[in-house]
Amino acid sequence: MAGRDENALRSHLGRARGLGSAHEGLHHWWAQRLTALALIPLSLWFVASVVCMAGADYAAVSQWLSQPFTVGALSLTILAVFYHAVLGLQVVIEDYIHGKALKLVLLVGLQFAGFGLAAAAIVSLLVIAFAG
Amino acid sequence: MAELTLPANSKPVTGKTWKAAAGAKNIRNFRIYRWDPDTGANPRIDTYEVDLDTCGPMILDAIIKIKNEIDSTLTFRRSCREGVCGSCAMNIDGTNTLACTKFIAEVKGDVKIYPLPHMPVVKDLVPDLTHIFAQYETIEPWLKSDTPPQTRERLQTPEERAKLDGLWECILCFSCSTSCPSYWWNGDRYLGPAILLQAYRFIADSRDEATGERLDALEDPFRLYRCHTIMNCTKTCPKGLNPAKAIGEIKKLMVERR
Repeated sequence: MAGRDENALRSHLGRARGLGSAHEGLHHWWAQRLTALALIPLSLWFVASVVCMAGADYAAVSQWLSQPFTVGALSLTILAVFYHAVLGLQVVIEDYIHGKALKLVLLVGLQFAGFGLAAAAIVSLLVIAFAG
Repeated sequence: MAELTLPANSKPVTGKTWKAAAGAKNIRNFRIYRWDPDTGANPRIDTYEVDLDTCGPMILDAIIKIKNEIDSTLTFRRSCREGVCGSCAMNIDGTNTLACTKFIAEVKGDVKIYPLPHMPVVKDLVPDLTHIFAQYETIEPWLKSDTPPQTRERLQTPEERAKLDGLWECILCFSCSTSCPSYWWNGDRYLGPAILLQAYRFIADSRDEATGERLDALEDPFRLYRCHTIMNCTKTCPKGLNPAKAIGEIKKLMVERR
């Protein structure tokens, strides 16, 4: 709830209208559902592949990681996982964190961490595929 | 931040016990939240022993009996006593519902009655509904049309009229909104299930010409998209309506018009 001091004499309708509609939110909601949908086949494929390679040696795994299909599908999996995680955690922060400064720091930190980790994962994959 | 415990001065303490008259055989305990803004004391839970042999079958009958015969200071809203006015919504036996349509027999053991959750309390079982009614005003709950007024009714087909079923029955008791954690944590900006169902009632009305404008006003991460479809609203609605579905329909229209 906003501080009493800030809004003490503001009308109730004024408070309820607040800053008006942000005219966004649909894109976030839609992207969250699309990434969830994409992750069903991608994560099944990834888990099945890893299970099939149980006990395989380093050479076999890096050979698998160098196949074009693996590079493509794994890149998509990484993108979908991190995008979906960023979207989901953003909702958690917006739901539960009400301090303006802390909320901003967490939201910015989340974006940086999410995309940074996704970049690190994809670069690692490419290094194994092309230089490994 | 989400509030998981009550502030120290809001924690209820054990209150008085009001004994039934000697000779009463069919006694039920009603444990009711009491808070008086004039004393500055913490809220307390009073226990009233009610003789069910001389009481009507509904929870509302019991609290009216308490007010008339045991303790006239007990404060609550009520009017129609038949589930159409929405005044007597309160938290009974852990669920938000209308005292007038809830049978005492449905509750096992002591009957615990609290005001609607996470709303400011005016006194006892009376929540402050000022903000939620202001939110209701923001969705402009009236038919909007730019077509000049006609000399007769604005016609609808039976199919168009049927789209309003499950929406027009809402009596604005706010049992749903006050059962919704998103509304508890972000009720200053999130409109909550009751208001969103009302918004959809006008979006779904074939006679309304402001559909796009209404969707524009709702497209907001907080006003609409705080709903995570946990369905508390639908589960608690004393009229058997489905606010979660109405919210889902609004989200579908948002996708449809992109």
